[in-house]
Amino acid sequence: MTRPNFDAARMLGHYRTMSRIRAFEEAAEAGQKSGEVRGAVHLSIGQEAIASGVCVNLAAADYIVSTHRGHGHSIAKGADVGAMMAELYGKAGGTCRGKGGSMHIADFTIGMLGANGVVGAGIPIAAGAAHAVKLRGGGEVVVCFFGDGAMNRGPFLEGLNWARIYDLPILFVCEDNGFAATTRTRSLSGGRGPDARAESLGIPAMEIDGNDVQLVDETASGLLSAIRAGGGPRFLLCRTYRLKGHTAHDTAPYRPASEVEERRRHDPILKCREALLLHGVPAAELERVEAEAKAEVGSAVETARRMPWPDQSIAWEDVQDVGAAQWR
Amino acid sequence: MAVMTYLEAGRRALEEEMRRDPRVWALGEDLGRGGVFGQYKGLQETFGPARIVDTPISEAAIMGAAVGAAMVGTRPVVEMRFADFALCAVDELVNQAAKARYMFGGQGRVPLVVRQPSGMWRSSAAQHSQSLEAWYAHIPGLVVVCPATPADNHGLLAAAIRCDDPVVYMEHKDLWGLEGEVPEGAEPTALGKARRVRAGGDITIVTWSKMVHVAAEAAAMLERDGIAADLIDLRTIWPWDREMVLGSAGTTRRCLVVHEAVQAGGFGAEIAATVAEELGVKVKRLGAPRLPVPYAPPLEEACKIAPERIVAAAREML
Repeated sequence: MTRPNFDAARMLGHYRTMSRIRAFEEAAEAGQKSGEVRGAVHLSIGQEAIASGVCVNLAAADYIVSTHRGHGHSIAKGADVGAMMAELYGKAGGTCRGKGGSMHIADFTIGMLGANGVVGAGIPIAAGAAHAVKLRGGGEVVVCFFGDGAMNRGPFLEGLNWARIYDLPILFVCEDNGFAATTRTRSLSGGRGPDARAESLGIPAMEIDGNDVQLVDETASGLLSAIRAGGGPRFLLCRTYRLKGHTAHDTAPYRPASEVEERRRHDPILKCREALLLHGVPAAELERVEAEAKAEVGSAVETARRMPWPDQSIAWEDVQDVGAAQWR
Repeated sequence: MAVMTYLEAGRRALEEEMRRDPRVWALGEDLGRGGVFGQYKGLQETFGPARIVDTPISEAAIMGAAVGAAMVGTRPVVEMRFADFALCAVDELVNQAAKARYMFGGQGRVPLVVRQPSGMWRSSAAQHSQSLEAWYAHIPGLVVVCPATPADNHGLLAAAIRCDDPVVYMEHKDLWGLEGEVPEGAEPTALGKARRVRAGGDITIVTWSKMVHVAAEAAAMLERDGIAADLIDLRTIWPWDREMVLGSAGTTRRCLVVHEAVQAGGFGAEIAATVAEELGVKVKRLGAPRLPVPYAPPLEEACKIAPERIVAAAREML
């Protein structure tokens, strides 16, 4: 069935963004398997529509705060894929010069204020960025991504309440993939869910299918317009599914294969592809987009492999200004 | 030069810095009515509720919001009410504020000050009396400041607010009413530089915060017996002024470190170990017993270091 308000060019843009995220995640997974990508890597495969659908509505000056599962948010906000891959490889040309890795990717030049290794920790940080925007009378908005697992942390309550009482320009985006690490979130959470918790604090909340990129785009667009108009915080709950384990090493034996197979039919890239074909975009065009995404990421991997390690001297840089001589 | 209390000196430093730099703002509980001790009195009337922000009792959000606000170009001054309550915001301070610049490869700064009123005061008991400066000194990325005098609470707070690093700023609650001269129009006091309280060649005594005054009494008692102590107020715990301490201990060949915090694992151990490693001279520490601070005055006294104990420890070393 064709969709109203279908904008083929915009949807093709989503298809491109999601394909680039998918290709990046698959390369990260391969790199982890080969041992070239170290540390913990949390893949967002299956959740790409949320990053793409939300971030397409942001200007370069707007801010995002991300999570440990944050590659997709960075790519959708405009981070350089080559620098991101180099960061995963721990190389000198990485976004963080090899000092952060997957969980600490940040790119302040595009308003990406950082992934975070601590669940829920980004929520008050994002609220604070929005507080600063309001304090200086700026027009930017802040988008705060977090997972469903974060709703049981104190900073979720404190940060949402903060955004409400100071009427801050912030969109909270809860990516509900059903799992808090390796346990089903629902089994650990009281009440009706994160959106109900947001509403109890006076923040208007919506729940949508987070695998439908057009719906995410349209909904985020409306919410961000309301925020930009001075409406204060909004909360968007996106239902999705993590097609991979908690980390790239997690084979997720705690859920039946049939469940994953069923959810694979709702893969957001697949759904986007079907919609594009239905609206007359030629398959060859989609294949070209996919091939370009893979080529871009493949080249990023090759470049990262060849890149030198950071010089050990940089380990002593950027700790703090005061007392620089005493870091050792 | 004006005479004012330690509390007023801090209040004035914040007021001056807020006038000087529109990016500076303060946030914490009850600031509009002056803060729990009156350190913010009148500031909301002067600067308005957007820059002197009353917050909910949400320590994690207060600290976390300050981190986010600092990252995007403002300079928040965080009030934690009691150092003990800052423990509700340790992730935000230790995992976020202290590490953001480093783990993001030098992108961004987190220029915030977190004021943590510390120390034993009026039988405040176990959850309102701690001195935890050593915890924060242990964390790369943080600057830790413990002012002892009104002049320093003015000059060091101004320096902390102008500093681009996250600064843990620990005022001692028992010093709020202490009066002293504060220079007017002076430049901020340099962070990381100790102050020689009195010069002497027989023994080095290194201390900070309220214990500076207790140690000064002890030094006066020692002087009556002909023993000249070189008394150093460290002022900044990290980075600490190794040059002054090692210079002094190299001359006196004896170094006694005194602090109100629990002795075991206290920052005195770091100083004593460094002095011993570098100079091979005699070292000793004096700190509180490893007890939660008790309530009843005679019990609280058991945790405090009296000047007589400093005198006795110094004599043992001579």
